[in-house]
Amino acid sequence: MTDATRPNCELAIVGGGPAGMAAAALAAELGVETVLFDEQPTPGGQVYRNIEANSRTRDALRDILGADYAKGLALAEHFRSSGAVYEPLSAVWQVSAGGKLGVSQNGKAYLTKARRVILATGAMERPFPIPGWTLPGVMGAGAAQTLMKASGVVPDRPTIVAGSGPLAYLVAFQLMKAGTPLNGIIDTSEKSVFGAGLAAIPLLSGFAGDLFKGLSWIAALRKMRVPILKGRKLAAEGVSRVEAVSFESGGRRQRLPASILLLHEGVIPNNQITASLRCKHVWDMAQMAWRPHTDEWGATSLDLVAVAGDGAGIGGSRAAVHRGRLAALDAACRLGRISRGERDERARPERRALQREAPFRTFLDRIYRPAEAVRRPLEDTVVCRCEEVTAGELRALVGEGFTDINQLKSFSRCGMGQCQGRMCGSTVAGILAESLATDMESVGYYRLRLPVKPLPVALLAELGNADSGSRPSLQVVEGDPSQRI
Amino acid sequence: MTATDAIVIGGGIHGCCTAINLALRGMRPIVLEKNTVGRHASGVNAGGVRQLMRHTAEVPLSIAAMDKWERLDDLLGPELAKNCEFIGGVGQIGIAESEAEMEWCRARVAEMRSLGYEFEEVIDAAELRRLVPAAADICRGGIISRRDGHANPFRTTQSFRSRAEQLGVRVMERTRVTGLEKGDGGWTVATDNGAFKADVVVNCGGAWAWQVAAMVGEHFPKTHFASTLMVTSRMPHFIDPVVIGIDRVLSFKQTEAGTVVIGGGILGDPDLDAETADTVADRMVVSAQTVYEFFPILRRATIVRSWAGLEALMPDVIPVIGPSRVAPNLWHAFGFSGHGFQLGPIVGSVIADLVADGKCAIPIAAFSPTRFTLDGKLPSPAH
Repeated sequence: MTDATRPNCELAIVGGGPAGMAAAALAAELGVETVLFDEQPTPGGQVYRNIEANSRTRDALRDILGADYAKGLALAEHFRSSGAVYEPLSAVWQVSAGGKLGVSQNGKAYLTKARRVILATGAMERPFPIPGWTLPGVMGAGAAQTLMKASGVVPDRPTIVAGSGPLAYLVAFQLMKAGTPLNGIIDTSEKSVFGAGLAAIPLLSGFAGDLFKGLSWIAALRKMRVPILKGRKLAAEGVSRVEAVSFESGGRRQRLPASILLLHEGVIPNNQITASLRCKHVWDMAQMAWRPHTDEWGATSLDLVAVAGDGAGIGGSRAAVHRGRLAALDAACRLGRISRGERDERARPERRALQREAPFRTFLDRIYRPAEAVRRPLEDTVVCRCEEVTAGELRALVGEGFTDINQLKSFSRCGMGQCQGRMCGSTVAGILAESLATDMESVGYYRLRLPVKPLPVALLAELGNADSGSRPSLQVVEGDPSQRI
Repeated sequence: MTATDAIVIGGGIHGCCTAINLALRGMRPIVLEKNTVGRHASGVNAGGVRQLMRHTAEVPLSIAAMDKWERLDDLLGPELAKNCEFIGGVGQIGIAESEAEMEWCRARVAEMRSLGYEFEEVIDAAELRRLVPAAADICRGGIISRRDGHANPFRTTQSFRSRAEQLGVRVMERTRVTGLEKGDGGWTVATDNGAFKADVVVNCGGAWAWQVAAMVGEHFPKTHFASTLMVTSRMPHFIDPVVIGIDRVLSFKQTEAGTVVIGGGILGDPDLDAETADTVADRMVVSAQTVYEFFPILRRATIVRSWAGLEALMPDVIPVIGPSRVAPNLWHAFGFSGHGFQLGPIVGSVIADLVADGKCAIPIAAFSPTRFTLDGKLPSPAH
């Protein structure tokens, strides 16, 4: 690393998970000058977080995290040995339509202009707004898994995993193996793998292994007598921190004590950058999430920008590798390194692999529809955590005549806080769409502008490579401060 | 076809305030807004309620506006007034960092005194430090208007809208004016949401007002700009007054929520047709440097958002307020050039006076549309 005044790069890739690593390695092999920016100190993204160190040194942890995780090492090694430049510990706080990236790294910020950008920003956990979800001790199951990968830390107090989706069971299984006292799993999915999901079996030829893995986690948890309960209408209870989780099961309200509550309702594309770029987005009904509109190469509605991996719609880590390579091939073609013919030829095996992945994803989408709490939070439930705005307050504003999500933001401050709307955007849009009896596409999303990651004033003040020819301000009548705008 | 006595084009603060004042005079205005109320300049400006360092032509209007701000209850009723989050009397201060800027402050105050205005004062370093303990040592003093303050622009505009609706005004959002025609029975206003008939039309169209005027063959400068603001995460309360630069690009204030809003004329990239604007990092650097140098406490602050609002800009930086040059019963109030928010509570009452009586008590000759040529140019820029 690092030339902190890098003025240009040919291909900039944002994000060092499977899509980003695969795209960077292939693009570099095809002769494209590639720079990959990532916030973490080592490659892997969230799914393969800290893969290099964990593979080499932490035997017990490697065993807990399992074989699927271990597969990330080959990707990271391939990326490391490619000619791609790697910029770790780098937060990308803006991408402009002209390909200008704002990067902060080691206490400095600079701008760099790329001829093409591949966003491989991956997924984030879907916000799961239940009563009490802001209490200390409540966190995302994915976040707990990240802690485990990054620093080998797991909860040592009574823990409950609640929600739905494969990751919920995987995390529970991993935590159990790591010694976390699990008080139970509350499954909020409306369908079950054993019930309606089986109707999707014809989709699943070739995925017996995946299905088996999921079932084996459940079997292992059962064997260790971890209670697995169906539950809905969850609430985290406690005074200064979470003490219990209550839920409805079998027609009555139940309550389980817990010091840690890990919530999970699947993952959604992390589309902060494409939203700030005003790329065309579509509301994915099956996944109940926004995703940027992309073509078969991941190209967005903006000329210079493509998205690869889960950021373009959740497809999982295996698919992300192929989607990364497709975006890299297209980039190499647009940048004149390979012909269209070569691009298409090289794309064929990637597409075949993606087609093989598709049915299992359809199956997952079908059985793991997000819980009702996600779609329809209760009146008193805080929706915007940063500014503490409840669902009821937002519905009241719609009742008073607001019809636009940005009006709700301007008036209530929802989405204005430190998380920049990540934790409430889709929930607020859902509340508005439901209240107006319209669809998500009509409601849209927050208007976002730079920075897409919080940016210290000191870094902006000393921004490297800023265009000094860019007229910073309007002096209408030079020399007379009273004739100002 | 909906018929009424007055149509106001534009649902910003001036459009809503015009509707309030017309309604108070017994009319039944309809406000036509192409997006939503307060979508552009009125809702997304910095919220400064500033008399300080205004163009001298605007001072009488600004003083009258300040009286209205201080008695918002009378205009809006207590609940809607409270919603504006207006904080007056904290002052706005132009900070001088050089002797040349101090000299400018003294000359400015002398000029204002000669015009009979007492509300601006020169302050020395000690008084500045008393009012703004967080100011860095490089700040030598400045110029202050002690009545000034700030308000929440989006909430204020919504309060004006709500007051208008209480008075029977219909506010039609997502209703875009596509044609304006004068017939025997008055004006016909075509929109993408039905047609309207009215005796009087008021053009409060902001950055798009020139397009409305062009529908009747009247031309104004098409100039517009996007003013950028950036906002920090919440910080402990450390400043009451609003602070602006004199020669340097800066305007900043701490809101009730604790966030610090930094602006002062940083240009964004406007897109009039797409009706939006982008912020540009390169141009935000200078403002970040200035706040950082003036207020060391902000070294710890983090910028979490930025935005840019679209606004009309007249070449002489003062608004257009007055009758159309080509058609009777068409009135203009736009072109506030980045500092119209403070005038929000007064311009509507001026327009209502003009519509009803043909005259108003506050001098507005400087804002007349007649200062432009018929093809929309300003003959001799007012230097």
